[in-house]
Amino acid sequence: MLDFVSSLFRPPNNWWVAYAAVVGIVFMALQISAAVMVYFERKVAAWMQQRYGPTLVGPSGTLQPIADVVKLIFKEELRPKSADALLFSLAPIISVATCFIAFAPVPFGATTTLFGWLDEPVALQVADLNVGVLVVFAVASIGVYGIVIAGWASNSKYSLLGGLRSSAQMISYELAYGMALATVIVLAGSMSFREIVDAQAGTWFGFLPKWNVFAVFPFGLIAFLLFFTAGVAETNRAPFDFPEAEQELVAGYHTEYSSMRFAMFFMAEYINMVTVSAVAVNLFLGGWHGPFLGPEYGWIWFLLKTAVLLFVYLWLRWTLPRVRYDQLMTLGWKVLLPVATLNLLAVAAGVIAFGL
Amino acid sequence: MASDLVLFYLFAAITVGGALAVIGQRNPVYSVMAIVGAFCGLSGLYVLLEAPFVAVVQIIIYAGAILVLFLFTVMLLNASREDGAEWDRTHPYYRPGPTRVGGLLALVLLGQLVWTLTRFGAVGGVGDQQPAASSVRLLGRVLFTDYMFAFEVTSILIIAAMVGAVVLAGKRGN
Repeated sequence: MLDFVSSLFRPPNNWWVAYAAVVGIVFMALQISAAVMVYFERKVAAWMQQRYGPTLVGPSGTLQPIADVVKLIFKEELRPKSADALLFSLAPIISVATCFIAFAPVPFGATTTLFGWLDEPVALQVADLNVGVLVVFAVASIGVYGIVIAGWASNSKYSLLGGLRSSAQMISYELAYGMALATVIVLAGSMSFREIVDAQAGTWFGFLPKWNVFAVFPFGLIAFLLFFTAGVAETNRAPFDFPEAEQELVAGYHTEYSSMRFAMFFMAEYINMVTVSAVAVNLFLGGWHGPFLGPEYGWIWFLLKTAVLLFVYLWLRWTLPRVRYDQLMTLGWKVLLPVATLNLLAVAAGVIAFGL
Repeated sequence: MASDLVLFYLFAAITVGGALAVIGQRNPVYSVMAIVGAFCGLSGLYVLLEAPFVAVVQIIIYAGAILVLFLFTVMLLNASREDGAEWDRTHPYYRPGPTRVGGLLALVLLGQLVWTLTRFGAVGGVGDQQPAASSVRLLGRVLFTDYMFAFEVTSILIIAAMVGAVVLAGKRGN
């Protein structure tokens, strides 16, 4: 008995305990990141528009997300009488479940022993899959169903239009997104996040980081821009936020949702932003590799890079007006897809010819 | 490998249950969602066969792209629930002739399945082959050398179907 009690205070030497801790950390961190992003969304918007933003709850409004969540929990859960009961409840669950699953293969640091606390190093990643890049893509494509089903099951014209727009938009941009992914896969010769990130360690000519975004200049940069543009469209963010264009569609696919069901869509949107940014960091910006910090502290670099990309998301939203719907489709099919295909061919030719 | 067996029966149940739900109820949107579930179960079976690439591609292509278009179409046409009584009375498939032919075809399919399974059921399957067969590099090499003909014929078939669809859809507009 005493042995058992004292064993609780020793560091876990069981790999499974450390693994469970990583899973728990990812799960909690994603939820917290959604709350933090909501706060920064409002603050950044306010700064860009020369306002203060939330100031009342907590010091300079930092407790605002908690107040928001409490408010959402205590709101009444409404369901329109003519809505399809089963699918109406299922849609937010699909949305939020897929956004959590999509983060599973994404690593956020090299293996660590948590400053020597653990006996054997644990990988900062939920699941190291050899087709990890494709799993993120596949799970994200399942996430479309949450939005489409929400639009249909609400039995409201605004919701239906939002759902239709969303499915059309996501299918169109998945192609450019996949082509940009394929470019990185060809460059790294692997579909495992860990191998792709490790291939980006070190520098060229002693100063330029060996990141994929600088690889085979300018094709790596083009692939990164394509990936991020398609990622913004995939997550339904401005300037591509048609599924919830508020001036035309009230709130799009989640018009009829309230309380925690609405909160699930809201959370899914922000977590998807975090996932796209984290994937972009891993694929193009060298993941946890960076100067000054050793591999043990690589996750700090990773978090910094992800935060920068998330700021770009907010920056885009509050500076660019929404494009027109036909412009969105033209951009996706006539610009992004051909450019992505040519880019992939160029990189593939380069890899074969010069063995880059 | 008891856990493998449990997982196999779980995914098999999801796949077969989803497939039955597709034809077993009358709301087309539910049918699409059921077939998405069936494809996810199928993808789980591929993972158990140590073919993760095929599993992921199954999700990306079928569940992620093709069925979203299905759902899109069902929603655009606003296909309503099939009214049971009306459907039974008027639909040609419910006349005795087509029912019998369909039943006969189902029996033939069942016979083929039983024949195949009893004949090849004992073979070890994928596990006996080299596990590297699931690697993407090898898959691509095999696809573009040994199975080049089948691959090209399939792509021509798909292009023909696509052109046909465009021609059929364009007719009404002109």
